Amino acid sequence: MNVGNIITDAGNASFRKTGDWRTERPVLDREKCIKCALCWIYCPDAAMKPGDDGYYEADLYYCKGCGICARICPVKAITRVEEGEK
Amino acid sequence: MSRRVALEASHAVAEAARMADVDVISAYPITPQTHIPERLAEMVAGGELNAAYIPVESEHSAMSACLGAAAIGARTYTATAGPGLEYMHNVLYVASSMRLPVVMTVVNRALSAPISIWGDHSDAMAVRDTGWIQVFCQSCQDAFDMTLWAFRVGEDRNVLFPVMVHLDGFTLSHVIEPMILPEQREVDRFLPRFQYPFPLTPDKPMTHGALGPPDIYSEAKIAQEVALRESKGVILQGWKEFGDIFGRYYHPVEEYRTENAEALLLTMGSYTETAKIVVDERRDRGEAVGLISLRLWRPFPFEEVRRTTKGSKVLIVFDRCISFGMGGPVFSEVRSALYDEDARPKIVGFVGGLGGRDVSEEDFDYVISRGRQIAEEGSDKMIETVGIR
Amino acid sequence: MVRLGEGLVTTKEFLAEGHNFCTGCGESLAIRMALKALGENVIVANATGCAEVCTTPMPYTSWRIPWIHTLFENVAAVISGVEAGLKISVEKGRLQERDIKCVAMGGDGATSDIGIQALSGAFERGHNFLYICLDNEAYMNTGIQRSSATPYGASTTTAPAGKFSIGQVTRKKNMPAIAAAHNIPYVATACPSYRLDLMKKVRKGAEIEGPAYLHVLVPCPTGWRHGGDMTVEIGQLAVQTGIFPLYEIEHGRYTLNADPPNLKPIEEYLKLQGRYRHLTGEEIEKIQEMVNADYALLKEKVEAFPG
Repeated sequence: MNVGNIITDAGNASFRKTGDWRTERPVLDREKCIKCALCWIYCPDAAMKPGDDGYYEADLYYCKGCGICARICPVKAITRVEEGEK
Repeated sequence: MSRRVALEASHAVAEAARMADVDVISAYPITPQTHIPERLAEMVAGGELNAAYIPVESEHSAMSACLGAAAIGARTYTATAGPGLEYMHNVLYVASSMRLPVVMTVVNRALSAPISIWGDHSDAMAVRDTGWIQVFCQSCQDAFDMTLWAFRVGEDRNVLFPVMVHLDGFTLSHVIEPMILPEQREVDRFLPRFQYPFPLTPDKPMTHGALGPPDIYSEAKIAQEVALRESKGVILQGWKEFGDIFGRYYHPVEEYRTENAEALLLTMGSYTETAKIVVDERRDRGEAVGLISLRLWRPFPFEEVRRTTKGSKVLIVFDRCISFGMGGPVFSEVRSALYDEDARPKIVGFVGGLGGRDVSEEDFDYVISRGRQIAEEGSDKMIETVGIR
Repeated sequence: MVRLGEGLVTTKEFLAEGHNFCTGCGESLAIRMALKALGENVIVANATGCAEVCTTPMPYTSWRIPWIHTLFENVAAVISGVEAGLKISVEKGRLQERDIKCVAMGGDGATSDIGIQALSGAFERGHNFLYICLDNEAYMNTGIQRSSATPYGASTTTAPAGKFSIGQVTRKKNMPAIAAAHNIPYVATACPSYRLDLMKKVRKGAEIEGPAYLHVLVPCPTGWRHGGDMTVEIGQLAVQTGIFPLYEIEHGRYTLNADPPNLKPIEEYLKLQGRYRHLTGEEIEKIQEMVNADYALLKEKVEAFPG
C-alpha cells in the first residue's frame, strides 16, 4: 500500500470485469446502423467501442447490459438479447 | 544578525510562519488565536510575506483548504483554538490519514459549555487520537522555534504527517517576552523547500482519498500508526539540527532538577514555568523534588517518560482538562505508560487551571504536598483538584 | 475524435471502464461527458457520494486525471485550497505556469445541504473553479434518503410516501438561484441527455475566470425506480416537461437554452418513476401547477434580464 493510500496507477479500474453484472447484452444490426455514435456517447460505462469499420459494438468485458443504447438508437439497430441465448 | 526582540507569542508564531515562507494560509479567527491570522494578513497585505491568504468561512473549511493546498505541494499553515479545533475535528483525522503535512498552531482554549474564551487543554485532549504530531510550548521562544521545527519535521519525506504546536491561550499566546529572532539565512539552512512526493498534477494523475473496504482499512491504519511512531526518529533529528543551527536544543521530555528526585511533578505547557519556581523553593529547603515537562505529546514519548521517572517514588501529574467520566487524560496516559515498569512511582493526578483559572505558586505547592500525602495514604476523593472551590 | 452533431468529441476516456456505478447510472454518464469536455489539464476534487464510492474502491481507481476526495461536506473548501495553492506556487516560481482547471464535483447532498456553507464561502472568495453538482435528488449512495434537492411529492427512505405523507413535503431548493445570488460570472443547468449542451457548458464554466456553477440533473434508476435503460429518456422528459429547464445565468442575465412551445404534461415524466407512483391524480395536478408557475417565473426572469 502506498503512503496515504494514494493510488498511483491511474485508471486501473479497467481491470474490473463489470460485464459479469449483465443479464442482457446488446446486439447490433449492422444493416440498420447509421454510425451516429449516440450509443457511444450515451453509454455510462464507455463500453461502446468504435470499431475500425466505424460501427459501434459493446465491449462485453465491461457492458453491464443497461440497455440505454437499445432505447436511444434512432433506427432501432440494437436489440437486447438475454445472456445464455444466441 | 540574529537579534533579541520582545514579541507577543502570537506574533512570534506569525513571524516563524513568515520566515518559513509559507505558501498558503487558510485560517478562521477565534479568540485567543486571532492575533496570529491578523498578523499574517497584515504581513501579506504589506508585502512582507508572499502567500495566498484564504479567509475561509469556518475552521472546517480552514483545514479542508489546507488539505487541498498541501496536496498540490504548497507549504501550508493554519491556526485555531478551542471550539474551532473541534469544528475541524472530522478533517483532522483525514489530514493525518492522507499524510498531508500541514502545520497548525493551536492556542489552547476551553471547550464550551459554558462558553469560555480562556485557556485550558480540553481542546488539545479532544484531538489526541487524530494522528497528528503534537508538541506543547512554554515560552515565546519555544513557540517560535517549534513552528519552524514543525515544518521541517512534518514535511520530511520519511514523515509526511501534519503537526500541531500547542500554546496556552492568553497565558502564553498574549504574553510579550524577550526572545531571539534568527537570521533568515539560518532559517533557510534549517528548513528545506517542501517537496511533496505525490502532488496532484496532470503530469502524473493520482487518486487521493479512495474508499477503504474492510479488507484494506485495517492495514491502512496499522501502516499509519507505524509511520507515526517511526516519525520519532525525524522528530529527534529535527531537534538536533535545530540546536546545531540555532543553539537551542529541545527534547521530548524536559527535565528540571530531577537528579535524585523523590517526587516529580509532571506538567505541560506554560504553567511549567510557575511550577519550576515551586520546585526551586522546595529544593532550597532540601526537598528532593523535581519536575518533568512533556513537550512531545504525540507520538507519546514512552521511552523518555519511563527514563525520566525511574528512581522517583512519587509522580504527580497536573492536568488542565477533565476527560469526563474518566479523569485527567495526561494522568491516565502516563499511568498506562508506566504500568509495566518494574519500579514505578506512585502516580497521583490533579486537575486544575480549567477555563483560564490561574494556577499559582501556592497551588503548585499544595499539589506537591497533597500529592505526596495521597501517595502515602491514598484518597477517597473522586477527583483531586487544585484551585477549584 | 467522434463527430456528434455539430461537435467533435474526444474518444479519450478519462473515467475508466470497470467502475462500480449502477447499471444505467445517469451520474456516471454525466461525469464521463464532463471529463471529455475538460480534458487532461484538470484537478478534480470530489465529495463523498456515489461518484467517489463507485470510482475508487481500493485498490482500484477509475480516474485517469488527478483526483482528491476527503469528506462529504467540504469539497468546495478543498478545491479552494487547490486553486489558491496552484496560483501562489506559480507566482512564487515553484510551479510552471500552465492552464490547470480546478473542478469540484459533488452530489445534491454535498452541494445544497451539508456542503452549502463551504460552497458559499468559495463563491464569495471568488476562486477560479468550476463546481459541478450531480443532482440525483436524494442521498443516493447511502440509501435514497431525502435531500433539499428532492422534489415535492417524491418518495425517499427518510421522507417516504405513506398514509400520512405525500413523501417530500418541501419544494426543491433552487441551487442555481443561490449560486447566482453570489454574483458569480456563470451559472447553468444541464442534463446528460443533452450531451452537447452539457459538454459545452462544462467547457464554458471551466474557461470562465472566477467561480462557475453547473447544476446537472442525473436520473438514477436505483433511487428514482426506473429501468436502467430509461435514464436518457427520463432526463429528456425532465427538460421537455419544464420541471428541469436548461438555462444559463451569466452575471445575472438569463438565457433559456430550450424553450419548447408546448411543455409536455408532467404526468409523462412522473409515471415512469416508482418514486412518484403513490401520487393521486389530484396531487399530480398540483405538481403540474407548481411546474407551470416555476417555468413562468423563469420566463419572466429571462425577459426581465435577458442574456
